[in-house]
Amino acid sequence: MKLPKSLFQKPENPLEWYDSHIKNSMPDIPDQMCISCAKCKAILLTGDLNENARVCPKCGYHFRMNARQRIGLITDNDSFKEMNGNMRSKNIIGFPNYDKKLWHARLASGENEAVVCGTAKIGGYSCCLFVMESNFMMGSMGTVVGEKITRLFEYATKHSLPVIGFTVSGGARMQEGILSLMQMAKTSAAVKRHSDGGNLYTAVLTDPTTGGVTASFAMEADVIIAEPGALIGFAGPRVIEQNMHQKLPPNFQTAEFLLEKGFVDDIVPRKQQKEYLTRLLSLHQRRPEHGSV
Amino acid sequence: MEAYERVAASRAKGRPTGLCYIQNIFTDFMEMHGDRRFGDDAAIVSGIARLYEMPVTVIAQEKGSTTKDKVRRNFGSAHPEGYRKALRQMKLAEKFGRPVICFVDTAGAFCGISAEERGEGQSIAENLMEMMALKTPIISIFIGEGGSGGALGLAVADEVWMLENAYYSVISPEGCASILWKDSSKVKEASQALRLTADDLLQFHAIERVIPEPKDFSDFSDVYESIKAGLYKSLQQKLSEDETELLQKRYGRFRKFGADTYITVKQNTTNHVN
Repeated sequence: MKLPKSLFQKPENPLEWYDSHIKNSMPDIPDQMCISCAKCKAILLTGDLNENARVCPKCGYHFRMNARQRIGLITDNDSFKEMNGNMRSKNIIGFPNYDKKLWHARLASGENEAVVCGTAKIGGYSCCLFVMESNFMMGSMGTVVGEKITRLFEYATKHSLPVIGFTVSGGARMQEGILSLMQMAKTSAAVKRHSDGGNLYTAVLTDPTTGGVTASFAMEADVIIAEPGALIGFAGPRVIEQNMHQKLPPNFQTAEFLLEKGFVDDIVPRKQQKEYLTRLLSLHQRRPEHGSV
Repeated sequence: MEAYERVAASRAKGRPTGLCYIQNIFTDFMEMHGDRRFGDDAAIVSGIARLYEMPVTVIAQEKGSTTKDKVRRNFGSAHPEGYRKALRQMKLAEKFGRPVICFVDTAGAFCGISAEERGEGQSIAENLMEMMALKTPIISIFIGEGGSGGALGLAVADEVWMLENAYYSVISPEGCASILWKDSSKVKEASQALRLTADDLLQFHAIERVIPEPKDFSDFSDVYESIKAGLYKSLQQKLSEDETELLQKRYGRFRKFGADTYITVKQNTTNHVN
């Protein structure tokens, strides 16, 4: 007897899909007790790992971290005030299956879009902050990501505030076609105006930062630092391997490689970033224009 | 014509390349080589020329004609030094008050070890930022392929024009098909989905003008004539504009993309800072 093929297919129930696929790949699931380090293979308790800023206590490998965890780690207690958190993308160019993809991305990340923006204090210093979210379509930049970042820079320019930005992105979001490519130019325009206003912009490149984000605001900062081991590049390593028909050198496109080639100012481990950023902000406090403080 | 047919036409053998436009539209072209930092990238040709009597800076991505020439020019896929050479010429244009004309024709910026080592991403990013504030008019014309960031690196302009069969896309149709459907043969579907034709882009206000093409590559004289006349008229008008106004308009040209195409939801996200 021939059985119908559909018998073995999973029902199109997104919640079921969520359970089996996304939950397992999410970095911070309370019911997942243990996690194995991708570098030293040590078995770590998820709780311990989170306590340690998601850095492997054995070898220092930096696990990916979601945007809210990062904001908690970097900003002063209760100082973060989110801006434009209620913006969601829609399927502007009618791209196949994009609506469904957005829906899954929101479930997987708990965020409305792939970047969280707002104002905060770091070590007592006020700044504007954006943190990209890898669990939302690998931090890809669509119109809403571009718009939120642009608005943040415009706000920072208006109020003469420094901007700190954590990047993690696979690049421009192809599901929004040319409009996502235009976000590269739009964000760059806002960065330029912020820069011409004499304001500090610091980018922290985290794993992975590639494509259209590397070719726009990630590489336009006054100070660019990177997390140890982060993959940073324009073209993805697989694309290059296919294109060149050759094996890539072992440290190719890592933060360390970029430091050697002169494209980042320094590599700063996650647990030292708050102190680093505090010092940097302190050194860039703008002198009052009239008289003394 | 279907989207993919246009993509195929934009890559067709015998299609005029960047240098053809330079030779047929301008006089007195003097090529200027090198980025003064690393080398000279033959994938991008740049220099000074005249448009009628008007001195202009011309920058073109050049795919090459013969096989040997194509290899030398890396098939029009520029390295960082290409973008840096272009920027150097643009800065000179700004200094001497010349308008800038860019001809875009690239499958994309080069994807390879050498390009990554020298900062492909950084060089494009710098162009985007600096072109946005360049105090002289810029017009970019897409004459063939407009592949992603590699095209945008010469297309932060006051106006973008496109030939009828050129395309401009965030990712190549092949790349899109292989990521989305894990099947690079689905280029037709991908070309359709990406909305990359001149007509689509006109609808999105991503370009200002579509230039009609003849059926045959052997006679592009009407195309050259219409570009020449169009450029002269537009540039004269832009040169008479106030600098601040020009830059404000350029900012606005890009600021509008995605400024009101989102949904506002009542509730904020469910997550909170731990």
